[in-house]
Amino acid sequence: MKILVCISNVPDTTAKISFTDNDTKFNKTGVQFIIGPYDDYALARAVELKEQHGGTVTVLNVGESESDPQLRKALAIGADDAIRVNTEPTDSYFVAAQIAHIASQNSYDLILMGRESIDFNSGVVHGLVGEMLGIASYSPVMKLDITGNEAKFAREIDGGKEHLSAALPLVLGCQEPIAEWKIPNMRGIMTARTKSLAVVEPVSVDDSTVLEKYALPAPKGSCRMIPAEEAEQLIALLKTEAKVL
Amino acid sequence: MTDFYSIDDLLSEENRLIRQTVAEFTAKEIKPIIESFAQKAEFPQHLIRRFGDLGLLGITMPVEYGGTQADYISYGLVCQEIERGDSGMRSTLSVQHSLVMWPILHFGTSEQKNKFLPGLASGDLLGCFGLTEPDHGSNPAGMTTHFIEKEDYYVLNGAKTWISNAPLADLAVVWARNPNGRIQGLIVERGMEGFTTPEIKGKWSLRASATGELIFADVRIPKENLLPEGLGLSAPLKCLDQARYGIAWGAIGAAIDCYETAVQYASERIQFGKPIAGFQLTQKKLAEMLTEITKAQLVAWRLGVLMNEKRATTAQISLAKRNNVAMALQVARESRQILGGMGITGEFPIMRHLMNLESVVTYEGTHDIHLLILGAEITGIQAFK
Repeated sequence: MKILVCISNVPDTTAKISFTDNDTKFNKTGVQFIIGPYDDYALARAVELKEQHGGTVTVLNVGESESDPQLRKALAIGADDAIRVNTEPTDSYFVAAQIAHIASQNSYDLILMGRESIDFNSGVVHGLVGEMLGIASYSPVMKLDITGNEAKFAREIDGGKEHLSAALPLVLGCQEPIAEWKIPNMRGIMTARTKSLAVVEPVSVDDSTVLEKYALPAPKGSCRMIPAEEAEQLIALLKTEAKVL
Repeated sequence: MTDFYSIDDLLSEENRLIRQTVAEFTAKEIKPIIESFAQKAEFPQHLIRRFGDLGLLGITMPVEYGGTQADYISYGLVCQEIERGDSGMRSTLSVQHSLVMWPILHFGTSEQKNKFLPGLASGDLLGCFGLTEPDHGSNPAGMTTHFIEKEDYYVLNGAKTWISNAPLADLAVVWARNPNGRIQGLIVERGMEGFTTPEIKGKWSLRASATGELIFADVRIPKENLLPEGLGLSAPLKCLDQARYGIAWGAIGAAIDCYETAVQYASERIQFGKPIAGFQLTQKKLAEMLTEITKAQLVAWRLGVLMNEKRATTAQISLAKRNNVAMALQVARESRQILGGMGITGEFPIMRHLMNLESVVTYEGTHDIHLLILGAEITGIQAFK
C-alpha cells in the first residue's frame, strides 16, 4: 500500500502571533514551528497502517526550506521518504493543486492529511485534492482501518458518528482519536538523515485569492461581576451592551 | 525554552530534533508523575523500558549493540531534557549509559558486549556501578573490596555504598582489587550467591531514584565476567568522566525548570498592587539566574564539541560539572525564594530539584574534589592529601 501524508508547517500552539509590513506578513521571529497537530494524527495512523500491511509512507509538504525540520521529524517517526514542493503556500487552492500534481504522478492508495491546518484553518484542502484527482474525499475521519482494497472509517457528524466503507484510493482529512501522536525514537532520528528528502519546484497555478491584510482579535475586555440577585441587570447588559441576546 | 544566546543555532538538525523529542517525552511521561513518586519515595520503574524504547540508554553506543550512536552533544541534550523532569531520572540514565554500558564497551570482551549491551540499551536489563565504599568515597584508591582466584572462578568480598539503581539492578559493574592488588572491573549478576543489594532508605534527595549498597560475601564470579581491559584506578575514573559530562548538561535542565517556574510565578503573583516580577530585587534574581544558565550552556556546549573530538580532559569535565551543578543549586535556591511559601510545596518542582541537587553536587566527585582537580591542573601540585 502506498500512502501519501500531507503535512503543514505551522506555528506552535503557544506561539505569540503578530504581523509586520502593515499587517500583511506573519512575524516569524522567535516562533517555533511544528507539524500541524491534525496532520500529525494522520502521519501516526499512516505509520501504523504501514506496520500492519506493509508498503510505503511518503510525506509531503508545500513550503519553503523552514519546513525541512518537520519533514525530518516525519521521517524519524517512520515515513520512508519526503517531498517538499519548494514554494510559499499562499492559499488552499494553490496548496491543493501542488498536492494533486504530486499525487497524479504516483498512484497512492491513500492520501491522508489533517482535517485542517491550525494556521489558516480553512479545512478544504482534502476536498479540493479529491476533486482535482477525481477521487472521493472524506473529513473529519476519526477511525480508519484497511482490508484489502477497502477502507472502513468513521466520520464525526453532529451529535454522533457515521461509519462508512469505500474503495481505495481515497483522500481523508483526519483528526483524533484516529491514532496517538508518535514521539520519534533516537534511532529513527539518526536514520532520518539517510532517507530521501526531494525538493521539487511548484507547478504554475493562477492566483485565486490575494491577501489584503491580517487582523488580530480585539483584546479581551475586563470582567465585570454582577451579583446573582441582580440577574435582571445582567440580562439587560447582555442585551444592550454585549448585544448577545 | 530558555536559550538566551541562541545556542540552538550551534546544534545540528539531529541535535535539535533529539532535544525537542526528549523535551516532549519529559513533559508527557515524567513531569505528570514524578512528584507523586518522589513524595512516596518510589522509583518509577516502568520508565526504564520507555528510556530504552526511545533509544536514550545507549545514546552514544554503537548500533551493533542496540545503541543509537549519536554524538556527545546529543547525550548532553538528553541529560538536560530528562533532568528538567528530575535529577533522579537523569541519574538512572547516566549510570546505565556511562557507568555500566561504557565500561563494558571499552573494557569488556566481545562475549560480554554481546551478552549485556543490547539488553542494557533496550531497558530489559538495569545496571549499576560499584566504586564508592563505606570508608572510601573521595579516595577510591583506598578501596578494600577484593577478589581472589580459584580454579575456574573468582571469589569477591567487600561492600560498596551510595549506589544508584542498586536495589533493582540486574547487574553491577564492580571495581575491586585483583589478586595482584590492582583495581579491576567485574560484572556481578543478581542471583549470584552471597550478593545482596540492601536499599538506603530515608533519603531527602533523589527520592524517586533507588539507591543502595552492594554487599559481597564470598561471591563466586565466573571468570568470563572479569573485564579484561582497563587495569588500575584510571579505568573507573574514565567512566566517571563520561558520567560527569552528562551531569554538567543535566544540571542545566534542573536550573531551567526552576528558572522558568520562577519567571512565570513572579509574573502572576501580585503583591503591593503589582506582579512581584516588577520589583527590583526579583528582577536581580531573575537576571542573575539567566546569566548563569547562559554561561553554563556555553560551557556545556563547548565541552560537548571537545568530547566529540575526543579532546576533553578530566580537568575540563571537572570545571563543567562543578560550575554547572553549583549554578543549578543557586538557581534552585533563588527560585525557591521567589515562590515564597509555595516554593516548598509539591505543587511546584523547585523544592524537589533543590533537594535532588544537594546529591548531585556531592556525587561523582564532590564540589570540593573537583576544585582540587582544577587546583592540581593549574599548579601541578596535588592537594588531595
